[in-house]
Amino acid sequence: MAVYEKIFAAISAAVLVLLLIAVGYAAIGLGINLPSHREVIPVKPGQNLASAVLETPPFNTPGLRQIAKNKYEAVVIASAWSFLPSEFDLPAGAEVTFRVTSADVTHGFFIPGTRVNTMVIPGQISVITYRFDKPGTYLLICHEYCGLLHHTMAGKVVVK
Amino acid sequence: MSAAVVFEPNGKFELPNTHRRLIAYTIYVGLVALAFGVTNGLAQALNYAHIDIFKYYPGMRTYYQGLTAHGVFNAIIFTFAFANGFVSLALSRALNRPLSTALLHAAFWSLAVGTVLTAGSIFSGKSSVLYTFYAPLQAHWTFYLGLALVVISTWITSVNLFVSLHRWRKEHPGERVPLMAFMAVVTYIFWDISSLGVGTEDVFLLLPWSLGLLPGAAPMLSRTLFWYTGHPIVYYWLLPVYISWYTMIPRQVGGALFSDAIARIAFLLFLCILPVGMHHQYVDPELSHGIKFVTAVLTFALFMPSLLTAFSVMYALEIGGRRAGGRGLLGWFFKLPWSDPSVTAQILAMLTFLPGGITGLMNASYNMNLEIHNTSFVPGHFHLTVGSAVALSIMGICYWLVPFLEGKRLWGRKLAIAQAYFYFVGVLIFARGLISGGLAGMPRRTAISLIPYAEPAGWRLAGILTGIGGALMFIGGALFFVVMAMTVLFGEKQTVADIPFAETIEEPLREGWQPSLDRLAYWTALSLLLVVVMYGPFLATHLPPKFVAQPFQAF
Ligand code: HEM
Ligand SMILES: [Cu+2]
Ligand SMILES: [Cu+2]
Repeated sequence: MAVYEKIFAAISAAVLVLLLIAVGYAAIGLGINLPSHREVIPVKPGQNLASAVLETPPFNTPGLRQIAKNKYEAVVIASAWSFLPSEFDLPAGAEVTFRVTSADVTHGFFIPGTRVNTMVIPGQISVITYRFDKPGTYLLICHEYCGLLHHTMAGKVVVK
Repeated sequence: MSAAVVFEPNGKFELPNTHRRLIAYTIYVGLVALAFGVTNGLAQALNYAHIDIFKYYPGMRTYYQGLTAHGVFNAIIFTFAFANGFVSLALSRALNRPLSTALLHAAFWSLAVGTVLTAGSIFSGKSSVLYTFYAPLQAHWTFYLGLALVVISTWITSVNLFVSLHRWRKEHPGERVPLMAFMAVVTYIFWDISSLGVGTEDVFLLLPWSLGLLPGAAPMLSRTLFWYTGHPIVYYWLLPVYISWYTMIPRQVGGALFSDAIARIAFLLFLCILPVGMHHQYVDPELSHGIKFVTAVLTFALFMPSLLTAFSVMYALEIGGRRAGGRGLLGWFFKLPWSDPSVTAQILAMLTFLPGGITGLMNASYNMNLEIHNTSFVPGHFHLTVGSAVALSIMGICYWLVPFLEGKRLWGRKLAIAQAYFYFVGVLIFARGLISGGLAGMPRRTAISLIPYAEPAGWRLAGILTGIGGALMFIGGALFFVVMAMTVLFGEKQTVADIPFAETIEEPLREGWQPSLDRLAYWTALSLLLVVVMYGPFLATHLPPKFVAQPFQAF
């Protein structure tokens, strides 16, 4: 191996390591982390997933509720081709924990301009928390193909 | 001492006529698929510019039917067919030894029948599940059966390659495996291990389910098996092109490959860092932070062999440019044989790989994925990689390969050069559009021309650039097919004795540590070990499968 190759390889490796350190710092130091949550919807033998979802708390009562000062929980069922509920009214500075599951196929749950971006996989519960500091109307979209009218599956978050 | 990347460089290369035909037909299956794929691509790009032309496409009723065709034809049929044909030829030449005719036949027919079945089910409208076919979206059973046959054709090809190499080694004890043969075989070992995921998913979960033999679908298990294959698959697209960049392009530009050992090390790194598919599942709820971060580290590590490739290939080009009289820091670049369409297309393709690689690292950057996951950033990225670094290179390769296989002169060299520039400029504009749109939250896989809500800021310009760039790419693609069709049908007769192959300046050594690079059984075992470490825990919690989800067919 020639010396130039060694120098090139060393610089390349160093750049990659530095980038990884930056990513790791953002995750641990700044708390910008990926969703990760192991809860699943229990499905009894012979039962279908859609009815299991509707029976499993908190999905038996989907909706937005306040759980503490400035803290909210939004329980959402995604199914082709809508979110239930699909509109969320919040005061500025509210911290919301979205709990989302799917009653049929794989969907997405994405609010552009925020860090709310998660897959919604049948039988699994996605949990993601975000604080809405800036007032405005945020778009909520399903960003995974879920059938014929996938592009109509949307909602909004209104922050006042 | 310099050495050729093939065995018996000065010997006569005998390619039996049946083999020549079978390899040509295999590649043509891929090119026909690409023609359909690119045609749908145009409609998709215009869709982002709010122009809906799908209604005028015969046989395509919805955006998603077209998108399924685009993904399956381009990313699966075209790439697999090309790899089967081209890599078979490369190995046969590298060892100067004919492959098994029976296996070439079997691979071709498996591919052809599989393609017809899958294509038929897509055109019928019963399989608009996109090329990722996430269960419980349920396609018609012929879709899964067709894909199984297409994958089986790659396995048959593998057997053909491995048997030939094995025989050659017996006949030539103690010799180093020629570099081009080494790359051909590692590509297919890599792919065999990679394809286990989707192979298992397709044959044991989806096909029986679509035939009504299973009580339901296991969405998370299917999805994870898919992505186990779904990242390595991109290297199966790429490695045949790397074979060209490492072992053919240096010759075509009058240069030489510097180091044999580095080239082998790069290929072995690909083989040994294979299980990184979970980076497509960064925002899946179930997987832990730990496994996601380890996946990020491995994905970054997997960037190394591509950086090594960039160095080796660029150096080979520089040697060529300097031999042609290029001076100074960059003068050599302009002395390259730009009048050769095969070279032009491939160098332009290499250039697109630069932004392609950088945007890939961005995707791979763990939490950065929150910003861009499933936005149009992603197709923006991969049209710079598979959509051009690979596809445009394959077009470039076809500019010598099809004349070689047909015994005809290339028709329309100037047009072929224009083709490459159209595609190159097009994809840069196109990707600029999709990438900026993605950063503004524009989703991928979405019929944007039909959305019921007002477009947020930043999507409009992004969509227009996507449309313009996509139209230029389409022109580039269409010109390619004109050149190919004219060459095959009306090209002047001209026999080309051999394929282009390069020399290495630092030859492979028979002593020291280098021969251990050729001990492929050990490297394969190492690769499998990492697979078990990365996927064992997941499988342990998901087997036996829980079939909870009901089939869904509203598309
Ligand atoms: C004229 C050339 C092409 C154009 C205009 C084009 C356009 C597009 C567009 C706009 C999308 C995004 C669609 C969406 O997410 O809604 C897309 C997706 C895609 N393209 Fe292309 N493309 C072209 C060539 C290629 C080539 C050559 C390949 C691969 C060899 C390729 C592979 C893919 C794949 C795998 C997808 C993702 C499909 C999916 O999300 O299910 N494309 N293409
Ligand atoms: Cu959707
Ligand atoms: Cu990937």
